Amino acid sequence: MVDNIQTFQPARPLPVQAAAAPRRRSWLRTMRGGLQGSEYTWALAFLVPYVAVFIAFVAYPVAYGFWMGSKLSLYSEAFSDPIYWKTVVNTLVYMAVDVNLEIFLALILSGFFMRRGWWVKALLMLWVLPWAIPEMPAYISIHWMLNGDYGLLNNALWTLFHVNGPAWLDTRWLGFFSIVASHLWKWVPFWTVIMLAGRMAIPSEIHEAAEVDGATGLRHFAYITVPMLANLYLVATLLLTIFLVGDFNTPYFITGGGPAMSTFTLGTLGVVQYTLGMAEPRLGVATVLTAMPLIIPLVIILMRKLRTAQVQL
Amino acid sequence: MTTTTAEIGRRTAVPDMQRIRRVARRRHIIANIGSALLGIVLMIWTLGPLYNIVMVSLEGHDDVFGSRIWPQYATLHEYWLVVTQGYWYLDFFWEQFARSAYLGAAVTFFTLLIGSLTSFAISRMRIRHGWVITNVALLTYVIPASFLAIPFYRLAQDYGMMNNLWAVIAALVTFATPYSIFIFQNYSASIPIELDESARIDGASPIHIYLRIYLPMMAPALVAVGTYALLLAWNDYLYQFLLLSDKASMTVPVALAQFLNSDEAPWNLMMATAVIYALPPIATYYAFRKRMTAGLTMGGVKG
Repeated sequence: MVDNIQTFQPARPLPVQAAAAPRRRSWLRTMRGGLQGSEYTWALAFLVPYVAVFIAFVAYPVAYGFWMGSKLSLYSEAFSDPIYWKTVVNTLVYMAVDVNLEIFLALILSGFFMRRGWWVKALLMLWVLPWAIPEMPAYISIHWMLNGDYGLLNNALWTLFHVNGPAWLDTRWLGFFSIVASHLWKWVPFWTVIMLAGRMAIPSEIHEAAEVDGATGLRHFAYITVPMLANLYLVATLLLTIFLVGDFNTPYFITGGGPAMSTFTLGTLGVVQYTLGMAEPRLGVATVLTAMPLIIPLVIILMRKLRTAQVQL
Repeated sequence: MTTTTAEIGRRTAVPDMQRIRRVARRRHIIANIGSALLGIVLMIWTLGPLYNIVMVSLEGHDDVFGSRIWPQYATLHEYWLVVTQGYWYLDFFWEQFARSAYLGAAVTFFTLLIGSLTSFAISRMRIRHGWVITNVALLTYVIPASFLAIPFYRLAQDYGMMNNLWAVIAALVTFATPYSIFIFQNYSASIPIELDESARIDGASPIHIYLRIYLPMMAPALVAVGTYALLLAWNDYLYQFLLLSDKASMTVPVALAQFLNSDEAPWNLMMATAVIYALPPIATYYAFRKRMTAGLTMGGVKG
């Protein structure tokens, strides 16, 4: 083994301590307390691709983006547009309503999918299908389905109940509600699986012990499931909030911003209105950057949580 | 004395037990009916848009603008048109489909390669300050995709990367690698480090250990992350939309969306195209569903 190490790094003598210690440990020591010689070069070489990707495609574009949006006059230009303020309201409502509904539904439904029986298993297989379907096909289907004149939803309402459904995408709040519902359709299954895994990770002994103490269903939920899943729930909420601020597909395909650009969020507005076909999409960057004050505190909390709680998604 | 107390006990206990059992049975039935109803609601909710996309794709052109909730004459004609590229906007369908598949494959491959190399150096070779990289990756994971898009778009113009599929691949790999690094790091904690040690004693170089020990042992995690990366590439629209505007470099979703806002959108054809486009990720997902779920929650959700 000493031979080995020497062939790895002929130029360097072994550290005295390591040479004195048992051989196996000496090897570990070199490994853990910093690699040496060619090994270290290898490790660095392994890291090069990711570091390169990060610098070229994250750090550089982010810095460039900040530079693009650094002129203050851009913001007064953005703020003077009434559509901008509508969009801010939309973004806030989208985050507040969609995130909480989505994670809460996932928590409740994961309880349902914990039930025994083949048909619950079969239903779960079906339930996760939206997760596997690419967003674009799913959303254009929903877009057409919500068409006021020819859509499946209103046709079904008429055929089954003789009710005239509204034109779902033609008013601001119905359109917005449709965006939220579509996002729920696509992504609640994913979060259900996450919550389901969280529930399954709760040791069954805890539930059994509670059973002995006479706990019933609701108490199991309130005193075991909720506290055990609290951290996961929080992390999921934060992550989804951040994802939603950057969500482009849902508003873009469901309402396309209509009617009269009243249903976009900041991310969509910046891209569609101020970026496409522009040589200098500075206003687009500025629009999107105004959402940063919303995101940064969330990111800080999330980073802390992820590091301490070992919750990963 | 003892017999009488026992009798009294039995006399009061019997109806009690019966009542408890009856209440329990009733509660059981109510719970079952409730969950069956919930199951039906969930099924209708999930199947609605799916039924819609399949139904419209089977309809004739005039039937699309009708008020039926099932196709009058179901026909596979539209699928045939898509497969044979028999409509003017589908001229390049298979070329675009191949490009989408290439995009998915490349994103998957590079995500796995870069992610596994990084996590090997950090968690197996234990390079000093490896945690910095982990944290940096974490930071990328929380940057919303549409925020990076605009500077990315601008830079792609500067560097002549517009209409180049590799610009899209680079962007999507950037978003998929952080997740892969976490999963790989978590998963590799379950592989005994002694394997690497003994290989090293036998004179294996790091690249050997990576190829011969690390990758084979990581197979389940590779499958999970690979599926994730493929779905991510297939879900993306924004980057393809911004970066690929030329008809000769488009992918399926970009081509499809061009017809969304035109005056006479051929809805049945679009839906047929969309169904065909959605099939590969669905097949992949269900093939690796178990692995994927395990991967998502690997080492994870202990709370």
